Amino acid sequence: MRLITHNMLSCNIKGVANGFPLLIEAGKVIEKEVDFNPDFLRHMFAKIEWKALVEGARSMGYAELPEDSPDATVLDSDESFLKKLHHALLELHLEEGALVCPETGRKFPVNKGIPNMLLHEDEV
Amino acid sequence: MSNRPEIQAPPEIFYDDAEARKYTSSSRIVEIQAQLSERALELLALPEDGVPRFLLDIGCGSGLSGETISENGHHWIGLDISASMLNVAVEREVEGDLLLGDMGQGLGLRSGVIDGAISISAVQWLCNADKSSHEPRLRLKAFFGSLYRCLSRGARAVFQVYPENLAQRELILRQALQAGFGGGLVVDYPHSTKKRKEFLVLTCGPVQTSIQTSKDEFGESCSEDDNSEDEENGMVCVSDRNRPKKKQRTNKKGKGKGKEWVLKKKEQSRRKGNDVPADSKYTGRKRKSRF
Repeated sequence: MRLITHNMLSCNIKGVANGFPLLIEAGKVIEKEVDFNPDFLRHMFAKIEWKALVEGARSMGYAELPEDSPDATVLDSDESFLKKLHHALLELHLEEGALVCPETGRKFPVNKGIPNMLLHEDEV
Repeated sequence: MSNRPEIQAPPEIFYDDAEARKYTSSSRIVEIQAQLSERALELLALPEDGVPRFLLDIGCGSGLSGETISENGHHWIGLDISASMLNVAVEREVEGDLLLGDMGQGLGLRSGVIDGAISISAVQWLCNADKSSHEPRLRLKAFFGSLYRCLSRGARAVFQVYPENLAQRELILRQALQAGFGGGLVVDYPHSTKKRKEFLVLTCGPVQTSIQTSKDEFGESCSEDDNSEDEENGMVCVSDRNRPKKKQRTNKKGKGKGKEWVLKKKEQSRRKGNDVPADSKYTGRKRKSRF
């Protein structure tokens, strides 16, 4: 699972108000190379929750992203920033580990890169 | 129709390791899936500006439909309830991210982040109650409600469905409309029982009518014959994408044709030399209710 997906996922348990962002318990992180496409990054930038991305990247051992959300203008000028964003969003994969709901502490295990988001019957 | 997989077992059990492998190694299924996904992407009508979009593949299975998305240059998340199918997808090294989840429990995604959703032969599974806690209506509602939330404004969702009967089709459509979607059904090859394919095309927010539409009374449509002329022209007939209007229903009842019209018709008939009853004070009058 990549951080772009992590950035979209929230906890779906009934009654949970703040199920975002899920905390990452990283077991094994791998990197896979993906074609760099600045257009896609610009398109997605507006939709990304920056804080969640920075924290997620840090818990997966990547701390190059700036703490504060940068201006949208950086996207046009700063190539090295785009490269970092690209790496964090699309190339880091959480292979083994878990996602933890920030409110209830419920763990969603991640195996072979697939988070198990199935809920128990009493959580629906 | 006893060979429908839906009535044999719940999806997470039906698609076990053996079935998942069989599914993906059958060249016929692979080809059909690729065709369906290609068509679904076409109906999704993403803007052609070369920017990759972020799509959702619901019931992605072993990632056959996801591959088509990747080929078109988009990024995707796949959701499926069968772990065996997802394992096959991992082995095939698909490019999208995979989630193990149940669409009937709602999609746990943030609001407005997804640019479009497709689903190939999956939504009809929701019409079955496989556990005592399952209620198809509520599961469809949870699914469409959460999907509506996570789609961005103006985005589309295209579902290829195999409803078992008319009631299932209506149930799915009604739940989709209740969730706030606009849209309708596109039927390819309506005259062929084997090739007939139904696509549910839903829009979120304002409707862009870039596809040629043709309306008729029931909001269902056809796209010509089996000879696939339409495919080549890229033309589709689409059913009425707006919600059914109340007006159509109300102006039908209570409005007869009137005495004038009856007299005119009788006169016409007389001129033709037919044997027509004489006019009287009863002509063109409504019967009393106690008649």
